[in-house]
Amino acid sequence: MSIFGFRISPSSAMNLDTIDRSRFEELCRIEPDAARCMSCGACSATCPASEFSGMSVRKVLLCLQRGKEEEAFRMMNNCMLCGKCTMVCPRGINTRHLILSICRIYDKEDKR
Amino acid sequence: MKEIVVIIGGGIAGLEAATQLLKLGYSPIIIEKNDRLGGHVARWNRLFPDMTPAKDIVDDLIASSKDANIFLNTEISFVNRLKDSYNVMLSNGISINSRFILYTTGFRLFEAQKKEEYGYGVYNQVLTNADLENWFNTDKDKRISGKDIRKIGFVHCVGSRDEKARNSQCSKVCCITAIKQAIEMKEKFPESEVFCFYMDLRLFGKKFEDFYTKAQRDHGIHFIRGRVSEVSENINGQVIVKAEDTLAGKPLKVTLDLLVLMSGMVCNPDSTKAASMLHLPIDSDGFLQSSDNVFHITSSPRKGIYYAGACTGPKTVPETLAEARSAVLDIHSEITAGKK
Ligand SMILES: Cc1cc2nc3c(=O)[nH]c(=O)nc-3n(C[C@H](O)[C@H](O)[C@H](O)COP(=O)(O)OP(=O)(O)OC[C@H]3O[C@@H](n4cnc5c(N)ncnc54)[C@H](O)[C@@H]3O)c2cc1C
Ligand code: SF4
Ligand code: SF4
Ligand code: SF4
Repeated sequence: MSIFGFRISPSSAMNLDTIDRSRFEELCRIEPDAARCMSCGACSATCPASEFSGMSVRKVLLCLQRGKEEEAFRMMNNCMLCGKCTMVCPRGINTRHLILSICRIYDKEDKR
Repeated sequence: MKEIVVIIGGGIAGLEAATQLLKLGYSPIIIEKNDRLGGHVARWNRLFPDMTPAKDIVDDLIASSKDANIFLNTEISFVNRLKDSYNVMLSNGISINSRFILYTTGFRLFEAQKKEEYGYGVYNQVLTNADLENWFNTDKDKRISGKDIRKIGFVHCVGSRDEKARNSQCSKVCCITAIKQAIEMKEKFPESEVFCFYMDLRLFGKKFEDFYTKAQRDHGIHFIRGRVSEVSENINGQVIVKAEDTLAGKPLKVTLDLLVLMSGMVCNPDSTKAASMLHLPIDSDGFLQSSDNVFHITSSPRKGIYYAGACTGPKTVPETLAEARSAVLDIHSEITAGKK
């Protein structure tokens, strides 16, 4: 609706007060390394899917922590589970396994 | 007669230097402006990286340097250069002649109220790293004790890396101090959520990176890359913090019960004053200028004048102690070379 000839876009600001982090916490319980990402970006740089789809383990982890779960799932749809990201992560995070755990936890919740 | 060495500043640098000078058979004289020894470390609770009680370190140093001549509540009134020594006049009227003066005048904590946008001294629930150490030591702070603290924020780089605050240098110890204090708060308030707002995490020292991963993995501390832009207060007395999450590229806000400002280590005006009496050079960061920053960090450009500890720039405790020993060795070498 733009009766005034312009639209007000929704605020992109993140309000940490209203974010439900319970699922991320559940993820951390079975994958404690999920919290150890230091956002270096090596995973995204090496990911064969990243160029075409924007897939990035770094961004997925950030989105989950900031309550932007839909955005994370959209990215994860493009993961081929090739495991290249796991090879380069300097923190030794088993990112491939992590992706599978994210699918499991968040999927389970959705069916409830 | 035993060679006299005047030590200006009774912090850990001065105490360690006195200890080593006594061992070598010299006669150190400590001039301390305050009414107690130990400098800043005497105000801290537990020290990174091993969580050593600060009190143990200070007590040990005070015990090992007790045979030095110590003047508390005393300052330097003026210093005169004689032919090959210095005449130091103290504020208590005593005059000392010595060939050696060791500056261990330390640093000063950045005054957080100068960064008005963070609300220190304006909003009740905003405190500094030093206030928090004081609370760990005394358990007395109305802002924390007995309160229901659920959300805590730490602001890195307060008054450091900030040209507007006229301190462009990195204070070096506050990233690790923030993480140390974040973990300590999480241990005291296990149900709380803790956020660290940083520009870069500078964790250079031994075991510091381990603290970081431990904070992430074992304590669930949230690290948000972005400088806090402003702080306000709501009607419940909580503080609202605004920043950009620069990793997400989005503005962010959060309401907190406690906000801790990591005040930086800045040059000490008392140090500059004492240095000006001998026209010693001051570096661009305001700290005392060593004769060079690689090979002779504890030497001044002037014969017989030495530096140790945080008077030449931000330092950790082990670095400070190592410099104190190193300066004493320089002094010892100069004395023994003269005797040959
Ligand atoms: C919040 C915070 C927490 C920290 N925690 C740790 C930690 O956990 N582990 C660690 O390794 N390091 C830590 N540090 C660093 C540590 O505080 C310094 O390394 C240490 O204080 C340096 O000691 P110093 O003797 O050089 O200086 P100071 O501690 O500043 O002592 C200088 C002394 O000289 C006196 N003085 C100054 N000018 C004069 C004058 N003109 N005449 C007479 N006396 C004078 C002062 O009164 C003072 O007593 C921390 C720093 C901060 C800011
Ligand atoms: S496993 Fe998925 S995220 Fe990792 S590199 Fe392969 S496609 Fe990219
Ligand atoms: S490579 Fe590892 S540490 Fe780096 S961003 Fe990816 S998951 Fe995080
Ligand atoms: S140590 Fe960290 S908090 Fe302190 S000034 Fe440097 S970057 Fe900022």
